Amino acid sequence: MKKLCTVIMGCMLLSLAAPAAFAAEPYRIGAIFAVTGPAAWLGEPQKNTVKMLEEQINAKGGINGRKIEVIVEDSVGDEAKAVLAFKKLVERDKVAVVIGPSRSGPAMAVKPLAERSRVPLIACAAAEAIIKPVSPWVFKTAQNDADAARSIFDKARSMGIKRMAVISSTDAFGDAGRKQLKAIAPDYGIGIVADETYVPSDTDMTAQLTKIKGTDAQAIINWSIVPAQTTVLKNRTQLGITLPFFQSHGFGNINYARSAGAAADGVLFPQGRILAVDTVAADHPQKAVIAQYKKDYEAAYKTDVSAFGGYAWDALMLAVDALKSVGDDRAKIRDYLEARKNFVGVSGVFNFSADNHVGLGQESFEMLTVRDSNFIVAK
Amino acid sequence: MHVRKNIPLILLVASVAAAALLITDPYILTMLIFIGIYAIATMGLNLLLGFAGQISLGHGAFFALGAYVSAILTTRFGAPCTAAAALAVALVCAIAWAVGLPCLRLKGHYLAMGTLAFGEIIHITLNAEVELTGGPSGIAGIPVLSLGPFSADSDARYFLIVWCVFIALFVLTRNIINSRPGRALQALHGSEQAAGAMGIDVAGMKLTVFVLSAAYAALAGVLYVHFVAFVSPQAGDIMFSIKMVTMVVAGGMGHLWGGLLGAALLTVLPEMLSYFEDYDMLIYGGILLAMVMFMPGGLTQGLARLSGALRARRTAVRPGAVTGGRTEDPVPRRTAQ
Repeated sequence: MKKLCTVIMGCMLLSLAAPAAFAAEPYRIGAIFAVTGPAAWLGEPQKNTVKMLEEQINAKGGINGRKIEVIVEDSVGDEAKAVLAFKKLVERDKVAVVIGPSRSGPAMAVKPLAERSRVPLIACAAAEAIIKPVSPWVFKTAQNDADAARSIFDKARSMGIKRMAVISSTDAFGDAGRKQLKAIAPDYGIGIVADETYVPSDTDMTAQLTKIKGTDAQAIINWSIVPAQTTVLKNRTQLGITLPFFQSHGFGNINYARSAGAAADGVLFPQGRILAVDTVAADHPQKAVIAQYKKDYEAAYKTDVSAFGGYAWDALMLAVDALKSVGDDRAKIRDYLEARKNFVGVSGVFNFSADNHVGLGQESFEMLTVRDSNFIVAK
Repeated sequence: MHVRKNIPLILLVASVAAAALLITDPYILTMLIFIGIYAIATMGLNLLLGFAGQISLGHGAFFALGAYVSAILTTRFGAPCTAAAALAVALVCAIAWAVGLPCLRLKGHYLAMGTLAFGEIIHITLNAEVELTGGPSGIAGIPVLSLGPFSADSDARYFLIVWCVFIALFVLTRNIINSRPGRALQALHGSEQAAGAMGIDVAGMKLTVFVLSAAYAALAGVLYVHFVAFVSPQAGDIMFSIKMVTMVVAGGMGHLWGGLLGAALLTVLPEMLSYFEDYDMLIYGGILLAMVMFMPGGLTQGLARLSGALRARRTAVRPGAVTGGRTEDPVPRRTAQ
């Protein structure tokens, strides 16, 4: 019996060693997304987006007369699996460029591999650590937290606000935002007069809001990505607080606006323009791109377009753009991306440089607001 | 000597040596490295779960602690990898001892809950202690294993290290099981009262095997962190603890080869099934379900039944004489060679 175990193991080793089928025709692009698992809400729209774009591009005859092939690997949001997926894409599928992963942890785990194997990586995750310190081979398409904070303070300053209260959730997203807000506020001459937190599983934030009500804050910032943030909105209405109310870009899910109902009306938050396509000015450079993406995506998948799918749109189209111009030589793609300016994407207009591998600034955020459970551009 | 009994081990050593020489595809080497790392962790858990009959849903935390201690020591304090690894394993042993002391007084579901809570506490601590652990963003830039002039900077070298560690631990584990304490462990799995009556120090034995299995998990964590070069609290979360238990159960509880087979199955299967695109999860779930239904004793038992049935047919012995096949065995067969 032991013998049999060993024989099976030997077979397993052998079957693994069999080379994958080889075809050189199409341009190959690898993608690592959290298609299933706890971060599927990120990975699924990303996979849908790249599959839709692959079909569209190939229907038009591909690029440079060659089709593209996007090979999507599911990381399940797991770091070890992302490492495996990256090696598979690079060593077996011989892709020219890798897009993803969807989450920051897996992106950080893959970053050293991209450097070592000299493969351009365009991450779809937000953490600044992905591009700071800059690695020559690693880019990302999701905006920085700090720019969301700056957008909020810009708007607040234009409204003549000098004192603000911060309330945030005690998870990675909330904690990172809270630190950024406190660090950046002095640059805008704004004082943080209250700093309250709530646990993502809390069901009542009346205590924290009552405390804020007792301060001389002129506006409130609620920084969170979890559903509990809508409870803050409801409690605020119940307490009769009418101060201007800001949310972070973590509010950018239409379901949050729907679940808060009337309590969400008038809330201000920075997000990509993809969420309020209809109210973006017709002459805005991104208008055509986001309107087309929204129309195609919603027709293909019968569900609302999201900012997360937009990160994948940007990553894939940047890769396609590079392939079109310089072919599938990895080093040339890297050089091309780093020098790319004025690339109009879904998340913003990208301008990369040797020390800026996100290519997006504060202007990629638009100040949005909620009216009747719809996102619109704030006046 | 016992050459015949050692054939599987000799074959394993030979195939590791052959793989190190022949396999150059980094993807396969990486998969084999992960299998080796998980197999080390599950071998320890199998000692606890399969041989001593004590469940733990907190072993992912020991894995994470081993990984974090080694990562912090090498990146913050510039400690050499080997010293950091040794210190990490020693520290985890001490923590496991302190945790095991109260926890192991619990039985069955309560022990599962206790260890689950411990795992969750470690997970929250790793997230919250931003100064020390980097919080949810984790620690990056962890150096690769090295000893003096030798550095495991290629996949092939790392593969060799992981599997040499595995083989060494395999021999160690086998000797433990076949020794007096090993038999004591199996006795307390059968009945703690009976074991106590025979003069076995039940509490001491349980604590010893708990600490030992935590040390295996910590060592696996150390090997993981110096390979991936990045660690976040996700590395040892509750899902990983459950995955380890699943590996042990799927491979074969109370069987030396169980941990390895389970780790290999649960690592290779999802990779293979990715060819089926959208249906991979469905097929994966189906396979695990079928295994639970038809091979409750895990892969090792399933294979034992298969080979037993084949041998029975060959020698035309009555099917009833097949050994090791009955699923209703109150005490699973614990064989070790």
